[in-house]
Amino acid sequence: MEIHRQVKYEEELDPGFASAVAAEPGGEGIWDCLQCGTCSAICPVSVYMDRTPREIVGLVRAGFREEVLAAVSPWICTSCYACTVECPAGIRITDIMYIVKRMAMKEGIRHRFVIPAIEEAFVEMVRRHGRLTEGRMGIKVAWKSGLRNAASMVPVAWKLLRKDRLKILRAERMRDPASLRAVLDGVGARPAKRPTPKGVPA
Amino acid sequence: MTEYLYYPGCSVKGAGQPYERSLLAVFRALGQGLTEIDDWNCCGATAYLSVDQDMALLLASRNLALAERAAGKDVVAPCSGCFLALTKAQETLKEYPEHRARVVEALGRAQLAYRGTARVRHPLEVLLRDVGAEEIQRRVKRPLKHLRVAPYYGCAILRPYQSVDDAHTPHVLEDLIRLTGATAVDFAHKSRCCGGMLTTGVQTVGLRLVEILLDAAKQVEADVIVTTCPLCQYNLEVYQDRLRKVTGNRYDIPILYFTQLLGLALGLSDAELGMDMLLRVPVLAAVKA
Amino acid sequence: MSPDERPRIGVYVCDCGFNILGTVDVPAVVEYSKTLEGVAVAREYRYMCSDPGQDLIKKDVKEMGLNRLVVAACSPWLHERTFRKTAADAGLNPFLFHMVNIREGVSWVTADKAAATEKAKVLVRAGVRRVALQEPLEPRREPVNPDVLVLGGGIAGIHAALTLANAGKRVTLVEREPSIGGNMARFDKTFPTLDCASCILTPKMTAVKDHPNITLYTYSEVVQVDGFVGNFEVTIERKPRYVREDLCIGCLKCIDECVYRDLRFPNAFDLGLGKRKPIYVPFPQAVPLKPVIDPHDCLYLKLGKCKLTCVEACEVDAIDFAMKPERVTVQVGAIIVATGFQPFDARRKPQYGYGVLPNVVTALEAERLLSPTGPTEGVPKLKDGTLPKTVGIIHCVGSRDENTNAYCSKVCCMYSLKLAHLVKERTGAEVYNFYIDMRTPGKGYEEFYKKLLEEGAKLVRGRVAEVTNAALSKGETGKLIIRVEDTLAGQVRRIPVDMVVLSVGMEPQADAREVRRRLNLSCGSEGFFTELHPKLAPVSTATDGVFIAGACQGPKDIPESVAQAGAAAAEALALVDRGTVEVQPYVAVVDEDLCSGCRICLGLCPYDAIEFEAEKKVARITEVKCKGCGVCVVGCPSTAIDQRHFRTSYLLEEVAGVLA
Repeated sequence: MEIHRQVKYEEELDPGFASAVAAEPGGEGIWDCLQCGTCSAICPVSVYMDRTPREIVGLVRAGFREEVLAAVSPWICTSCYACTVECPAGIRITDIMYIVKRMAMKEGIRHRFVIPAIEEAFVEMVRRHGRLTEGRMGIKVAWKSGLRNAASMVPVAWKLLRKDRLKILRAERMRDPASLRAVLDGVGARPAKRPTPKGVPA
Repeated sequence: MTEYLYYPGCSVKGAGQPYERSLLAVFRALGQGLTEIDDWNCCGATAYLSVDQDMALLLASRNLALAERAAGKDVVAPCSGCFLALTKAQETLKEYPEHRARVVEALGRAQLAYRGTARVRHPLEVLLRDVGAEEIQRRVKRPLKHLRVAPYYGCAILRPYQSVDDAHTPHVLEDLIRLTGATAVDFAHKSRCCGGMLTTGVQTVGLRLVEILLDAAKQVEADVIVTTCPLCQYNLEVYQDRLRKVTGNRYDIPILYFTQLLGLALGLSDAELGMDMLLRVPVLAAVKA
Repeated sequence: MSPDERPRIGVYVCDCGFNILGTVDVPAVVEYSKTLEGVAVAREYRYMCSDPGQDLIKKDVKEMGLNRLVVAACSPWLHERTFRKTAADAGLNPFLFHMVNIREGVSWVTADKAAATEKAKVLVRAGVRRVALQEPLEPRREPVNPDVLVLGGGIAGIHAALTLANAGKRVTLVEREPSIGGNMARFDKTFPTLDCASCILTPKMTAVKDHPNITLYTYSEVVQVDGFVGNFEVTIERKPRYVREDLCIGCLKCIDECVYRDLRFPNAFDLGLGKRKPIYVPFPQAVPLKPVIDPHDCLYLKLGKCKLTCVEACEVDAIDFAMKPERVTVQVGAIIVATGFQPFDARRKPQYGYGVLPNVVTALEAERLLSPTGPTEGVPKLKDGTLPKTVGIIHCVGSRDENTNAYCSKVCCMYSLKLAHLVKERTGAEVYNFYIDMRTPGKGYEEFYKKLLEEGAKLVRGRVAEVTNAALSKGETGKLIIRVEDTLAGQVRRIPVDMVVLSVGMEPQADAREVRRRLNLSCGSEGFFTELHPKLAPVSTATDGVFIAGACQGPKDIPESVAQAGAAAAEALALVDRGTVEVQPYVAVVDEDLCSGCRICLGLCPYDAIEFEAEKKVARITEVKCKGCGVCVVGCPSTAIDQRHFRTSYLLEEVAGVLA
């Protein structure tokens, strides 16, 4: 059995992390957290998370930057907003999850499952065509998520294809996607080239 | 006859086609006009917010800016995910002037003006509030007697803005079900998340969430579940066989859009309502049309 | 001082140690003051309010014949009274003094020394110009009625009434319900001593009944309050009991003989959990122990048809169906408001299933289930009559929640621990408490908490998200499931229980707004009545002569309610024992020659102090009611109203002094 020493020194924390999160829309609520745990209790997927929503807010406030960005929790969040509605302190926890996701994306922190990859594929496709072609997204996801997962998607695809609900051949696109790109570029450039993915910290 | 702008969203053009078909058919039958917004773009859903906030706001607000051009017309957004994305963008821009300024500037480069005045609405609420229960009742030609229908609200139309109904004690979907003559069966978890993208991304979790909902509907012996969102409909419908493989429990529940249910009661044809595109359809008692 | 006597003003600028001197160049201000018109002397002193400081002023008044005084120092709130007394001691009318604030308004809020000094000079100049115009005034004295009215017969009202009555004062105690006792009468045991609530309350209730100085009006409400401090006229409406209190001997045979054999109607005292007949006493220890007939339930009063077995049974002919609401007027010098609280309506938290799921009860309902006089004779049972095997107590229901009430209701942690102990004792059930923080600050409270811990109470630190009957596993079928994050264990848990107790918070009474209006009280954002000062005047209000005590002022437990009741009684005593009350002379006065009779001022006055004199067709201000707010002065289109000591001419002169 391996024995680890776990203590957190102040210099290992990031004192600016909480403020950075609080500076984003929805993040300003972190200061009001009572750590009551209602969010974790109402969250339909908290039982699958490595850090519950309450823990995420607590860790953000204390400056545990590494732990928060490495957490799998925000990626499992489905944005159902149950936590936001129930929170007695009026904190928009769903928005805090989005903030953490964006920060993790920017730093290229990767997880073993496929959701960040899906979201990037989404962004790319919308940039190119202005809209999503679901069937084509499905293929991208299958490609990125490995053989086993891809194999499990085949029956689903087949069912939809038979009912003419799977669009692959004809892309769903805007008449003038360039006009959308002009707008997107106007606000802050293309998503930058991704830095080399970092491993998940131990 | 009220004219509405129509924001379809990507899903109803794909797996959610039955929704679009039935929506257009029902609105037509009830004498309401829907005009698709010209050259709309993807609303960004939840994916964009995880990548870049300003881009997400832009995607949504471009559509709102387009809608504002047709001043006075409300926007009907059938996909609950799109409905929420558009509403959330509008609310965020109202509350955070810095982000609003950036978005307004970026939209300006494409000669689009944004004022934040577009009214984004979900067809469920539009039908009940604008057309009204009385009028709908009057037009029901084929009451769906003896059909036990479970109302599945999903998340987005109730949370966080509660603009369609109260998040804790919603009833509008049940009201609609009753108007069709069917029996609305209350079931637990009627507004619990279906898992959204998780069925694709993290299947073990996604399947479990779907299982909980299907079990609850089975428990109350629902013949049909009606939904208000293409992703919910997809999740509940398409994974029933997979669930049987994984858990051994059999689920054979047709998952309809509420517009399809209403359309059936209004006497519209299966083809018009995209019923043939569903994997499973309910068996309706033979009723005089 | 005669009108043509020239003002001889003394200006005294205080260093206030370093508080003022540190920022304001006081010597410069003194020098500047000497140059102002009318100033005979200007001095600096370290602490003007001290005895030597005051003596300095008195000496100057005598030796230099000063007839006006200006002190530039701290806020008038602190020392205006001090210096007025100084003036009076020196033989000068106290209202010929003016205080200029150069501390809170200048030295404490200005960083730049030059700017601060400049500002101080300007303010002193303005003050000097004002004081030159001031006229001598006499404070008014009004007689005070020694009787007191107490509104509300809960523990606070009872204690206040007894304290005053024991001091020899005549007290009228008005209570809305058929019996006094309030919410405390509903409790089984009280924390932290586990005293039986009724056992400690009923002796006090009996003392009220028996006290010769207390007139008790139950089943009555105060409908109107007129008058002013020391001289209130209160109108009380007595609801008809249909049983004559003066004749009834309390044998209760009428209840036994009522045509309704069984108990059918919900009893409000039992919060609807218990039942009663149309003729009833709310609980066995009720004071007065006289029945009351509910006209909505009684056959005779509703339909006019009944065998009237109650009338037959009554040996003293006390039942009188012809009774009507009766109005009584009392004159009192002070009023104590002790109207208590209502529990938070648990239906506002649909997440917890109250009113929808079976066996979800509020804490107050749980008290009735635990009380030996309650519907289950002291043993909490489930709807089906069986004993619960597991019970979950949810703290903070409706409290500490932006969606309902943001404040903490103070008593719920303690009563939840108490309920845990009692439920376990009576039923043997496993009890869980779900809390955010455990708040046990009072005397003996931490010890009580420790006792519960040692008893093995299952305390889970986590706020419950929902109570549901949707089972997800076999062990959950047929149970109420509590989904909570056990934050201390770091784990989300699903806990199946048989019964849920909701620890609801305290709110102001439903009719608090009406009571406020009748008594001219203000309230905070949550609706509780506002005290005059949160630290130093917790039982007085901004309305002179009206005091508050108990939960109507804010959530609190029994010891605090009793303490406040005693405090309010003391304040009331101080007021009425004085015999007279001094009223500030800052009243508004109508110049009847200028008054056009437009009556605009009548509607403006928040204190109802202005009347229309129909004969002369002018407005007339009742001096004793006027609080000097100045609204009528501003509102009068004919500038017919002016306010003593705050005359328009003074204010304009002060402004001119600033702008000069």
